[in-house]
Amino acid sequence: MQYAAVTGIGQTHYKARRGDVSIAGLVREAAQNALDDAGLGWDDIEAVIIGKAPDMFEGVIMPEVYLADALGCNGKPMLRVHTAGSVGGSTALVAASHVQSGTFRRVLTVTFEKQSESNAMWALSNPQPFSPHLNAGAGGYFAPIMREYMRRSGAPWDTGIKVAVKDRLHGARNPLNHLQMPDITMKEVEESPMLWDPIRFLESCPSSDGACAMVIADEALAKQGPRPPVWIRGGAMRSEPTMYAGRDEANPQAGRDCAADVYSQAGIGNPRKELDCAEVYVPFSWYEPMWLENLGFAEQGEGWKLTMEGATSLDEGGDIPWNCSGGVLSSNPIGASGMIRFAESARQVRGDAGDHQVDGARTALGHAYGGGAQFYAMWIVSTEQA
Amino acid sequence: MSDKATETEDLITAIETPVYLKYNFTAGAATTRFLHQVRKGKLTGQRRPECDCGHVYVPARGSCAACGLATTEEVELGDKATVQSFTIVWIPIPNNPIQPPYIVANLVPDGANISFIHLMSECDNDSVHIGQRVEAVWKPEEEWDYAMDNIRYFRPLDEPDVPIEMIGKVPLSGWEGEA
Repeated sequence: MQYAAVTGIGQTHYKARRGDVSIAGLVREAAQNALDDAGLGWDDIEAVIIGKAPDMFEGVIMPEVYLADALGCNGKPMLRVHTAGSVGGSTALVAASHVQSGTFRRVLTVTFEKQSESNAMWALSNPQPFSPHLNAGAGGYFAPIMREYMRRSGAPWDTGIKVAVKDRLHGARNPLNHLQMPDITMKEVEESPMLWDPIRFLESCPSSDGACAMVIADEALAKQGPRPPVWIRGGAMRSEPTMYAGRDEANPQAGRDCAADVYSQAGIGNPRKELDCAEVYVPFSWYEPMWLENLGFAEQGEGWKLTMEGATSLDEGGDIPWNCSGGVLSSNPIGASGMIRFAESARQVRGDAGDHQVDGARTALGHAYGGGAQFYAMWIVSTEQA
Repeated sequence: MSDKATETEDLITAIETPVYLKYNFTAGAATTRFLHQVRKGKLTGQRRPECDCGHVYVPARGSCAACGLATTEEVELGDKATVQSFTIVWIPIPNNPIQPPYIVANLVPDGANISFIHLMSECDNDSVHIGQRVEAVWKPEEEWDYAMDNIRYFRPLDEPDVPIEMIGKVPLSGWEGEA
């Protein structure tokens, strides 16, 4: 397998509504930023890998067809990836594999969502005769799973509130974020409206417009770039059915298997000790303690302790900061959200994460999940090539 | 000329262009069997008789997703079920006939090994809990169709809670409180 590295990172500002640009303008902006960052032009790109969440989120069917032009795909291969909410991560991994396989030397990968163009929450709830139509949305699906986690772990009731505050305080350090809440308090989150008990309004991600892009190149090209290469040391994806008898929805097998695979590739034995930080897909606050356990940062039933002790907080000087960028809780252009996790892990390793930089970060995890917590995509990036 | 236009005219940022979708649902063999029984007011599950796992699925989609084998045998299920987990929905949803706050629960019917979601009603929302026993309240027979909505909701039963380790394993004969 060839070495592959991130050589360019481009993001847009994330906002409730980007009325100033079309979808094409949005993806072009992120892609241009990534090319500028890599010191490249459009002709330097051999292939384009694009990803987004379900088409119904904008009501534009097969948007890649019309985005080929905006992304400079004339005469080049273009491929779309789709794995629901994890798509930003899996798109980056598909792009990386095109370089690792030697098929292409330098690819552009872009993901986006323009949630303001449709009503994403209810685009997931089409009626099916074998299930009652209860209009509960994504929160309605995940809330019972969080309740089960609370039961089995005995976590304090306000663990989710702590995550909601922590990620927004991190998020206030990142000027790209949709939500800017530097003065948020535990009380404010607690008093925000309950949406899907136990999920409060401020324990949920926003709906955002935005796009994220990266340039991924082989060893020789990466070393020519103006930026220090961010080496991709491991990449893994796993899937499992949404429903099967005996499925542990609060700690899915596919997530555990995916983590074990990516750690093995990167030579990570103890993720809490050996990683410097992690960007993990936490769209609802309680998913931080759940994923701390699923990803092996804590023993079963003890993820919440890391959260409550401040171990995942940059502001509290934690030993393993999670979501220094502000995470999905601060910006959620769904299709791009996974790639933002991957890109932000790369920024940490490159040392250019600005006010949310973890001092001396050398190795970081990027993570995304999607569907009924059934698709997983993870990578580990490092300053070290091998 | 076009440059001049953008200087003097407002940027067009939102023209509503609705998309309408109408699905023709093809049930397939397994779900056809399930829906025919639901139309008669009966909940049935399916399993693969020779499979070691013995998992009973409802609503069956044709295979055991744990072992990957076809579920060929119909299994009668009860109207009683156990709360595996739940949420209280507070969020107001456009055109929703159900008024918040309401309970959406993951329920495992007796005799099955997997939960489905359904509405809970005739209950005190604050006392709903994991392991609670409930029963189906069906619509009047003349309203029955090929739809899970034939069950209007589930309501609490005055029965002992099912312990955590037994949720998803309660037989058709029910739960009387013995371990």
